[in-house]
Amino acid sequence: MKTDFTWGWNPTIYHGKNMPVSLASSKAIFDALKQCDVRMLSALPETWLVHLIRMADEDPETILVRLAKEEEGVGISAGAHFAGVKSAMLMQNHGFLASINGIVSLAHLYKIPLLMLISYRGTFGERDPWQTQGGNVTEALLRAMGIPYSILDGIDPVAKRIRQAQTLAESSLQPVALLLTRDLMWEE
Amino acid sequence: MLRLECLRSVYSELENCLVVTIMGATAAELHSLGHRPNFFYLQHAMGLVSSTGLGLALALPNQRIVVFDGDGSLLMNLGSLSTMARYQPKNLVHVVFDNESLLSVGGFPTATSTGADLEGIARASGIPKALTVRTVEDFRSAMKQVLDERQLTTIVAKVEATGPSGYVTDLSLVENRFQFRRYIQTLK
Repeated sequence: MKTDFTWGWNPTIYHGKNMPVSLASSKAIFDALKQCDVRMLSALPETWLVHLIRMADEDPETILVRLAKEEEGVGISAGAHFAGVKSAMLMQNHGFLASINGIVSLAHLYKIPLLMLISYRGTFGERDPWQTQGGNVTEALLRAMGIPYSILDGIDPVAKRIRQAQTLAESSLQPVALLLTRDLMWEE
Repeated sequence: MLRLECLRSVYSELENCLVVTIMGATAAELHSLGHRPNFFYLQHAMGLVSSTGLGLALALPNQRIVVFDGDGSLLMNLGSLSTMARYQPKNLVHVVFDNESLLSVGGFPTATSTGADLEGIARASGIPKALTVRTVEDFRSAMKQVLDERQLTTIVAKVEATGPSGYVTDLSLVENRFQFRRYIQTLK
């Protein structure tokens, strides 16, 4: 879906610095979602996701919903599921933290499949001090919430792992998470 | 103005819509008028009813979606107004029953009791049509008009802070969810 907004700047350049977000990995992830017949993507931008969001925006077959806050995406995906449309959520791990009530009191309570693609900031190699706390708690929270998850740290397993995650979300009617790591999303 | 009378005044018009409601009194009162398979009651996840309605509206552009929201719920997710406004689905009617109160938990006053203006917030968020009604007749005529039009609309209905004696119905949450999805599948 074409939206209200076109970037007038190169998303890989930020504050004058080159941001080496992996185009190849972003394309592999987007292609895998398309292979799974994911037609609606909700997203809140962060650096590692810029190419993925642009690909969704430019694809006429994909409905991209740009959110104000990530928790809205749980509702968007619930509506899409009721409508018989496969969806996924694109967000940073801090966005996952911001979505927890919606995940528990909508997706878990009502057995809604959620395919969550979460950029895994704040782990080894993180230079941004403000990202460092989210990395400490992400996996512990996923485990505490009983959410099956897998860590994607290279491009080779992307297509198969996304297909498996989507299959499990649909068969189990529950949220499933894929953590997109620095090694996958960042080229330096 | 009583919310129950508002719901009763448009009950017959809801037959051909997909209806999603917030929890508590709104869900219990709509259910008390007679449950239909095209009604989904979001019995938790406060704030996400409008997001769920938006997901339905974007996925099913040929269906009419009616959201019954509340002041307490909407105040928890005001960003949803800007997200709805961004995509402006023409098939979405967003009703907010504003009783200036968190009635279900004991009637604590919300910020609309001290002047927060949800119609104004909706309009300033970019919702193309927003209005406030204070009588059942005005509510009924506003609903009939916007159901005939094709324009995203927020109707703020100022209602008394009263409701049923209990909120639990004999419809299990998960049963409601599967019935609602199955109903939508029959529409195709």
